[in-house]
Amino acid sequence: MKDEQQLLENQQEETGVSRRSFLKTVTGTAAGIGISQVLNPALIYALEKGLKKHPVLWIQGQGCTGCSVTLLNSTSPPIADILLKIISLQFNPTVQVSEGEMAMENLYGIAEEYEGRFSLVVEGAIPVAENGKYCIVGEMDHKEISMVDVMKQLGPKAGSVLAVGTCAAYGGIPAAQGNITGATGVMDFFKAEGIKTPVVNIPGCPPHPDWIVGSLVYLLKDGIPKLDGVGRPTLFYGENIHDNCPRVPMYDEGELSNTLSDPKGCRVDLGCKGPETYADCYKRKWNGGLNWCVDNAVCIGCVEPHFPDGVSPFYEPA
Amino acid sequence: MAGCKPQAEPASAGKTIKISIDPVTRVEGHLKAQVTVKNGVVVDARVSGGMYRGFEQILKGRDPRDATQITQRICGVCPTAHATASALALDDAFGVELTDNGRIARNLILGANYLQSHILHFYHLAALDYVNGPDTAPFIPRYKNNDIRVSKKINDVAVEQYLEALEMRRICHEMVALLGGKMPHVQGIVVGGATEIPTREALNAYALRFKKVKEFILNKYVPIVYLLAGPYGDLFKTGVGHKNLVSWGAFPLDSKGNTLLKAGVYTDGKDYDVDPAMIKEYVKYSWFDDSTTGLHPSRGTTKPDANKSGAYSFIKAPRYNGKPHEGGPLARMWAGNPELSKVGRDTLGVKKFREIGDAGFSILGRHVARAEETALVAMAVEEWITQAVPGKETFVPMPIPKNAEGLGMTEAPRGSLLHYVDIKDSVISNYQIISATIWNANPRDDMGQSGPIEEALIGIPVPDVENPVNVGRLIRSYDP
Repeated sequence: MKDEQQLLENQQEETGVSRRSFLKTVTGTAAGIGISQVLNPALIYALEKGLKKHPVLWIQGQGCTGCSVTLLNSTSPPIADILLKIISLQFNPTVQVSEGEMAMENLYGIAEEYEGRFSLVVEGAIPVAENGKYCIVGEMDHKEISMVDVMKQLGPKAGSVLAVGTCAAYGGIPAAQGNITGATGVMDFFKAEGIKTPVVNIPGCPPHPDWIVGSLVYLLKDGIPKLDGVGRPTLFYGENIHDNCPRVPMYDEGELSNTLSDPKGCRVDLGCKGPETYADCYKRKWNGGLNWCVDNAVCIGCVEPHFPDGVSPFYEPA
Repeated sequence: MAGCKPQAEPASAGKTIKISIDPVTRVEGHLKAQVTVKNGVVVDARVSGGMYRGFEQILKGRDPRDATQITQRICGVCPTAHATASALALDDAFGVELTDNGRIARNLILGANYLQSHILHFYHLAALDYVNGPDTAPFIPRYKNNDIRVSKKINDVAVEQYLEALEMRRICHEMVALLGGKMPHVQGIVVGGATEIPTREALNAYALRFKKVKEFILNKYVPIVYLLAGPYGDLFKTGVGHKNLVSWGAFPLDSKGNTLLKAGVYTDGKDYDVDPAMIKEYVKYSWFDDSTTGLHPSRGTTKPDANKSGAYSFIKAPRYNGKPHEGGPLARMWAGNPELSKVGRDTLGVKKFREIGDAGFSILGRHVARAEETALVAMAVEEWITQAVPGKETFVPMPIPKNAEGLGMTEAPRGSLLHYVDIKDSVISNYQIISATIWNANPRDDMGQSGPIEEALIGIPVPDVENPVNVGRLIRSYDP
């Protein structure tokens, strides 16, 4: 980055991202959430300085685009600010204008130019069976490039990798029982290939936009955030859903929901996976803090490494 | 930066040039297009789906109720449609009769995402083929010669609307979440109905958001589609395709099978009622075992063969009555033939959709159909908000049947969607999905007939093989 310092200095006024809006991202968008547990001055600094033109290459493997779509739902800061002022999204097949050869040349060109300084965001699993044939990312010089190829070639060049979504983190649905594609998450793939680039897992099917934006910002400013045993930032995945669920007093009183549409009661008897799931959905809630899975139906444990096989069947009783 | 790299040096007139676009971007998934150009026009085309995950294999042996969750993960843009198709198939198998409020709640969830999907498609996926975005990533690099024909003033308006549309589609997702739990991927649609009984508060919150979205659709989205059509008028004359259409119908209005978006088949210029027995999937040019070709979904099996020679796609080739058919807003507007919006009537000088005639079967015709459909769905959503009864039951609990089969047919924003489930010993023994893009982006079939997008690419003008803008314009008009 030629004029990196200049860009750093100009960041604050140009991004216009306020300390307040970022605070909302790391602490949860729902009203009334305590901020003490996550407030880190470094995080606020991160959005005020230093991110402009940080190149992000967002590649898609075996996924559904849901992780790109959830990013579009970001409100603090809004997605338009993320795209136009905060990061330089040089590759993301869902939103980028360029296509074909031009897009692939840009992907590899940016990785070359910013070696060690760009973030590689991975959405979707990496199918290793049949020499990677189950997912082709593009074509260059009349040669097909698979997801496996891209990961082998760009993985070692990236400064850091964000495995966004449960597919990229742990294999997720494409890796569920019955699959024949050898679908693999980034950490397992890197381990097998001997690639040492640090990986931050941001699971969820899809993840909350705040988890993606908040982790990215932390990574850029302060490096790897504190991770739990399965590579997730404890900032967002440190708490058990059931233990913190607003419905836990109902559980303690023995008030259990009878059917999926029962507005009252704890959902454990309906198959809710809250007791074995770690994420801050219970306070952050979704889509602007309007609702979340447990108030609507049940938690299906979508942020956990064993999703979906280890948490299915999703509903009970049989 | 180079544009497209032709397989041979640009040759003199009369020679053919092959070009390949991979990835085709601003679509859902992994798509590649190979076209052969002669005298500045596409004469042959192949479209390939480059990804396989294996949902049908993964679903085997699972609790049937899990299908509404798992199949949503096929598509993060239209999970509500997969949830709907899956729930309809399971309703059929379980013998569920929905409550009125359950049906309306499902319509409100699916409807809000229709609005989201169509707005996202036009502004964030397709519009950048007609206007230039800001000169920064992800809007650059772009083709050097990208054939943008609008004035700076209109371009600026469109970019402003691109940003506003980001807000609008997010608000649509909030509407989905109010009844569906969250989005993408909803919890709220299940076999038996919908999980969340709407409260007065939730309906008010939904209505408040809807008002903004409706104003945007009527005052900005629909008019700008017609405004952009002006400088690109020739794109009403290209991208015809087979002129065969399918729609299974969507948004039940009662328990008798009446739907807002009409069901219907249009083959070789004639209208037919939908008969699911007419659907078969072919795999000669797909990476699946040849023994599985020509089967109805209820007999369908999914056996990948990634190295099969001659094949070029992970998409099977579904055929209706043996012929390729296109799905999506054009097919649905053709089937329902509604009155156009005021701006549509004024611009095109016709009253009802079918009066557009051949111009409907074109790159811009598909955008017009999608915009008109967005307005139509918005009007219906407004009605359903008033029909939903706060506090009234939306869900009918039913036990898992030991042995049963079910068929669920609906419409995703991008085309016709079918789920078939076979339950044996209370678990899924077979699950078959024919999703929307499978109808449009499929390869040749065993009879040698090309897929709908392949056929529609024939005749597309590509005057500059290094900047083949019209190929992307055509493909994205289908919202694949």
